[in-house]
Formats: sequence, C-alpha cells, structure tokens
Amino acid sequence: MGIAKRKFDSLVIGAGGGGLRAALQLSRAEATVAVVSKVFPTRSHTVAAQGGMNAALANVLPDNWHWHMYDTVKGSDYLGDQDAIEYMCRAASHCVIELEHSGVPFSRLDNGKIYQRAFGGQSQNFGGDQAARTCAAADRTGHAILHALYQQNIRAKTHFFDEYFAIDLLKDEEGYVLGALVLDIETGEPLMIEAKTTLLATGGVGQLFRTNTNARINTGDGMAMALRAGIPIQDMEFFQFHPTGIAGKGMLITEGVRGEGGYLINKDGERFMERYAPHARDLASRDVVSRAIAIEVREGRGCGPRGDHVLLKLDHLGADVIKKRLPGIRDTAMTFAHVDPIDTPIPIFPTAHYTMGGIPTNRFGQVVAPLGQLVEEPIPGLYAAGECACVSVHGANRLGGNSLLDIVVFGRAAGNHIIEYLTENHYHRPMNMDSVEQAMQRLARWDQTGDGESVDALRMELQREMENHCGVFRTAEVLQDGVAKIKAIEQRMKDARIQDHSKIFNTARIEAMELENMVDLALATVISAEARKESRGAHSRVDFPDRDDVHWMKHSLYSRDGYKLDYKPVRTKPLSVDPFPPQKRVY
Amino acid sequence: MTMRFSIYRYDPDKDSKPYMQQYTLSEIGPGMMLLDALLKIKADLDETLSFRRSCGEGVCGSDALNINGRNGLACITPLKSLREPVEIRPLPGLPVIRDLVVDMTQFYNQYRAVKPYLTVHDPEPEIEYEQTPQQRDQLDGLYECILCACCSTSCPSFWWNPDKFRGPAALLQAWRFLADSRDQATEERLQDLAGAYSLFRCHTIMNCVDVCPKGLNPTKAIGNIRKLMLKNQV
Repeated sequence: MGIAKRKFDSLVIGAGGGGLRAALQLSRAEATVAVVSKVFPTRSHTVAAQGGMNAALANVLPDNWHWHMYDTVKGSDYLGDQDAIEYMCRAASHCVIELEHSGVPFSRLDNGKIYQRAFGGQSQNFGGDQAARTCAAADRTGHAILHALYQQNIRAKTHFFDEYFAIDLLKDEEGYVLGALVLDIETGEPLMIEAKTTLLATGGVGQLFRTNTNARINTGDGMAMALRAGIPIQDMEFFQFHPTGIAGKGMLITEGVRGEGGYLINKDGERFMERYAPHARDLASRDVVSRAIAIEVREGRGCGPRGDHVLLKLDHLGADVIKKRLPGIRDTAMTFAHVDPIDTPIPIFPTAHYTMGGIPTNRFGQVVAPLGQLVEEPIPGLYAAGECACVSVHGANRLGGNSLLDIVVFGRAAGNHIIEYLTENHYHRPMNMDSVEQAMQRLARWDQTGDGESVDALRMELQREMENHCGVFRTAEVLQDGVAKIKAIEQRMKDARIQDHSKIFNTARIEAMELENMVDLALATVISAEARKESRGAHSRVDFPDRDDVHWMKHSLYSRDGYKLDYKPVRTKPLSVDPFPPQKRVY
Repeated sequence: MTMRFSIYRYDPDKDSKPYMQQYTLSEIGPGMMLLDALLKIKADLDETLSFRRSCGEGVCGSDALNINGRNGLACITPLKSLREPVEIRPLPGLPVIRDLVVDMTQFYNQYRAVKPYLTVHDPEPEIEYEQTPQQRDQLDGLYECILCACCSTSCPSFWWNPDKFRGPAALLQAWRFLADSRDQATEERLQDLAGAYSLFRCHTIMNCVDVCPKGLNPTKAIGNIRKLMLKNQV
C-alpha cells in the first residue's frame, strides 16, 4: 500500500483550546508534536466561547478554589468525579495566569488585575452570596484564548497539519494506539501518522440537534473514533441546552449578559426566574434556567406572535457597559435578531450547546475503559481532553465558565502525562497494517457511485429527530420512539451516496464521514437517555422527575457493539478534602 | 421569492479552466444570509460546490468570499443586501484550490512573519502582569481579528507583493503586540518591519478598512507603526 507516512512522538487531533494547550506543553518539552485539524486552528470552535473562564482569583469578590469546587460538584448534580473537580479547581488560577502571560488580552479592573464577572451557579462560602469568578476578555474570551494559544504554538514551532481530517485511530493487537490515518482535504490523499501517543481533542457534537449554538464542524469526530476503536463512551445522555440562544436561530448569547445584570422576562414582563430560583434567579445553573424558559413557553407565557420565546433584557445596563463588556453579542443580536440590545430585549430560547459526556478519561487525560474485572484501565498511548472527553468534571450539567477552564487544565495535564509516558516509551511500536486497511475501507466506502440517499437530507432528518426525541424534557415513550428513528437512519446510511468524487477539497466526502460519526453519537445519546430512569442535571425525565442517588448515581458507558450499556461508579472521593455528599439541589 | 447566483467554479481534477455557473434558488426566506444560500445550493442543487464554512456567525473567519466584487463573510452578509445575479468568486489574489476555496499559505506566512505572540524578557511574576484598563483599551480594535483575509486580499499592494509585503492583517497584529503594554520586543518588531516592503508598501488605499467584517482599521494600525518608527529613530 503506497500510503504516505509521517512519524512524531505525539499526535494531537483537534486544534481548539484543549489540543493547542497540550501541543504547547509538548513542544516546550521538545517532544515532536503533530497537530491535525480539519480547519485552520483559529477556526476551531473554542473561538466562539464568549463569557469567560472560571478561576478563584478573588480579584473582585472573596473567593477560593474550594468554593469553586463545591459549586462545580453541585452544578454537576453530583455526577461529577470529585478528584478531577478538585484538581481542576485547584489548577484554575495558575492556568489563567499562564494564559495571561501568554498574551491573552483579558479585560482589566482599575487596579490592573484581570476582570472577573458573575456567572451562573457561582457562590461564595459553599452556597452563600453570588461569586464573581469568571475571567473575561470582553465577551470574546474564547477567541482571545484560542488565538494566544495558536500564537504561542507558532513560537514553539509546533508542527501543524491544517485541513486534515482524521479518519480512524490505528491500534495493534495488544491494544496500544499507534497514531491515526488522516486525510489531506486539499489533495484527497490519505496520510498515516505514527505516534507514540495520540490525544483526541476534537470537541463536542452540538450538530446532533437542529437548533444549536455550535459550529458546523462540531460533529464529534474523536468520540466516534473512540467508539469505533471499541472504547465505550460515557454519560452521553447529558447534553446541555444553553438557556439563551437567539430564538429560532440558535446563535449563543453569553451567560455573561446575565452576569452583568441582564435578566429574563416573559410576555407579562415578569422576571420569572424569581419563581424558579428565588436566591440565584437568572444566575441559577443552566439546566434550571433552560427548563424554566421551556415551562414558561409551554404554559402560554412566551413572547412574540407565536408565544415561542422569552426576552433577555439588558437595556438597563446602559450603552457603555454593553459596548465595553458585551460588544460581540451586541453585534450578533443586531445581525441575526435585528435588535440593538442597547434599547430592545433579545428574543431567546434554550439551544443545544454542550456535550457533557464523551470519551472517559482520568484526571491525567488518559483514556480509560473497563478491562476484564477491572472498572477501568488506561488505554496505552491514547489521551483525550476537552469537550470530546468526559473526565468527568461537568457530570450531569456544566457550569458556565468551566469549559474554557476544562480545556486548558486538562489539555495541559494530558501534555504533562504524555511527556512522562514518552520518557518510558522511547520507540514507536510496529505499525499494524490491518488497522490501516480497516481505516482505508472507511474512506473507500464513499467512492461508491450511483444514486442513493442524500447525506444532507439524512443529516437534517437526524437533527430533527434528535430535537424532537431527546430535548429538554424527555419521557420513555418519546425516547423509545427516538431510538427506533435513529436506528432507522443508521440503516439508511448504508444506502447513502455522494455525487462528488473529485479528490480535490471534496467537502461532500468530509460531510459524509462526519454524518457517520454523528449517527453513532446520536445512538449513544438517545439510548443512554432512554435507559436512565431519573432526572439529573440536564437529563430531565417527565416520567421520573426526581434524582435517584440509590440507583443512578453512576456513569453510563455506551458501546457501539450491540448498542450495549454498562455503568461505573462516580468517583466521590476528592484528592485531599472531604467529599461533598449529594444534597437536594436548589438555587 | 427566488434569487439568482453566478458562482466561480474550478476543479483542477476535471476542469481545464474556471467558469461561472448559474444557479437559481427558490424559497429565499427573510433574514437569510449568503451562507444559507450556499448551503442550500450545495444541499439541493449541486453537492460538488466546494467552499469553507464553520461557525456561521462571523467569528471563525472561514467563509470569506468575493461577493459582487467586494470581500466579505458569507455568514453575516444578508441576501437582501445583494443585487442579482449575486456574483460569488474566491478571494482575489490567492491561488485557487477548488471553486471558492483558496490557498491561504501566503497569507498565513505573513501572519507568522510578524511574530504574533507576546514577548516578555523579564522573569514572570507569579500573578498576572499589571495592565490598566486604559492600557488594555489600546488592544481594542486589534485583537478581534479573525484572520479571514478579507483585508489582505483586497489590498493591491498585497496582490503585487504577497511574498514581501506583510499585508494589512499581519500588520494589524504587528501593531497589536507593539501596542500591548506587556510586550518587551518593540525594537525587534520595528527592525523586522524596516525596509521598503514589509510595511512601506502600504499606500493607504484603505480597501482593508472598507471590507473588514469586524470593523477593524488596519490602515490606522500601519500609521501607528510608522509613527512609532519615526519616534524611535529620533
């Protein structure tokens, strides 16, 4: 087989914040590192993160990492792993400072320190007054961080493979991951990248739902690659619906709007969050606010001629604050909702936003899977970080401001562990050509010509079914119907054909492989959701309205083979402090 | 409502030369953007049309195109603002890979050439570098660049010398670091931009300012670099 081949110490798939932070750590340690990305790095979806990154710097209000940990555990509805959460919250301040030193243009306070704003689910002193923990660069924090990380990687001479699409992981018989087969999108040629370690940092799968805040590239490629490699993926039923997407369109309006003092109103002008979360009101956790909006609309208190949304009011903040702190969402609101929030509220509705589940890892970024009688063991040579991973710091519901933190903390941690791994594993293992052949078949499948189902039509159908069957509120009936519908789409995928068979920059072929990825992840999501008979965090079952810690305080593990579900315990023991036992979750 | 489009097509795998292809779309809804139309053409009429796209809201910079003779982002260009037939071409001045996809290597090389990263020589403190809100204000209008290349590919000076003239996007970033109170590489940065080409090929035509989808002003940044050069030579 005449496939071109490159060899590196380490391969990073995905060039968002997680991948770039890991790559930077590796390049600085003088490991050779290849970063593969299907888009130019600064076009990765981290660029769209708005509100900020949590760290208990205490620049504005008193704070410490332990309070941050408490909020995160509570926010996760007690499904988060407390060792990983402690690690993340302890590392947060240092990681923000590192980013600042790398050039991130954080907004500033009068005393010259990093500006921090209030965000949802944050408290002082374990559930007390509102905290201000979110470090922000206006409302373009993700952009600022992603660009700075890319810039520092330029300086560190990281090797980039821009516009290469990852097809599949390469593995040997003993289970070691040997790198990946990737596709040069420009030429249509496959390339084998051999590496002693491979890090998946491919982001989430927001494209599963019709209305979402995500970029079109967010098709969960790494999660699906892990599934195909036989690794069960974790907690996929927990999908976050962001309370404030632009109604009917989905563009994100940051929680920072409410952090700066904006609030939601229904058609009567009532500040309805006071009824649902008397203490935190509009800054309750995202799952709580999204459900409240959905209920308002369902009970006839929605706004507009069809009563299908509520309004986010921020004109009272004044033009100066909006222009200074929220310039990006003002642009977005004017472009897509045709309102200037300086004088008119923004029509909003909950919108698919974030994949809490993903590839199971430990706090070092090592991908873990059950092995024989063992609950989990690391898969040698394979790592994952960021939204594609499930470490799990977000559990059943992620707090705003914790995703930028997650990618930076665990991208860095994975980088550090890889460096250690490389000192003990000096040589590349022999390539397993069977594995290469298998990956090549995935590519060849789309060479089939003739008429067949359209990839785009199937994608739209998948997104519609997911929206209708796996949304904010779920029931057994609707979920079972959803499972059947998605399985039918899976069957029809076999008859899908593309009409474009050019080798050069063939986006139709990329979209077809992305859809294959999404179908597997849709099944993982809806099957895990159907099985979980309780309500926890973002997973809200009308037929099982309560959290059931006795039976369900455990992580789901979904395998592609036979649509199999398995479970593993939550890691309730932190690294050094006392555990936070489950409590009733009120805001 | 229907709308007519005339789109540049070229696939080196099968076409001997580029051509313009006509498409007519029905069901153009209110509020639709040009990207929505391109996606609809690809989905309903012609799967072989290739173009880049990602975020769909003007922050990732993937879908910069030449639209009725003017560079812009497809995802934030409302269809109703465009006269028909809407003529869509790849960004000018860069080699075409296929259809609306250009090879941006030269553009990225110029970006890398200005060393677009914060450079500090002093030992790092254990907390953040201090920066006043006024100092931080100097970075507004600079750091927001999304590297879409609308500006550089509308600049005649960049068309003539894409290998030697840094171009507006890269120079905006050069100024972004010169303007940063934390950066300590001013002298090196200015030296790198000395000579007849890197900076001084800018003839203040201001196409860059005119087309920037984020409302940024590279010409002003270039002027600021020139002023700083003069000041530092005195």
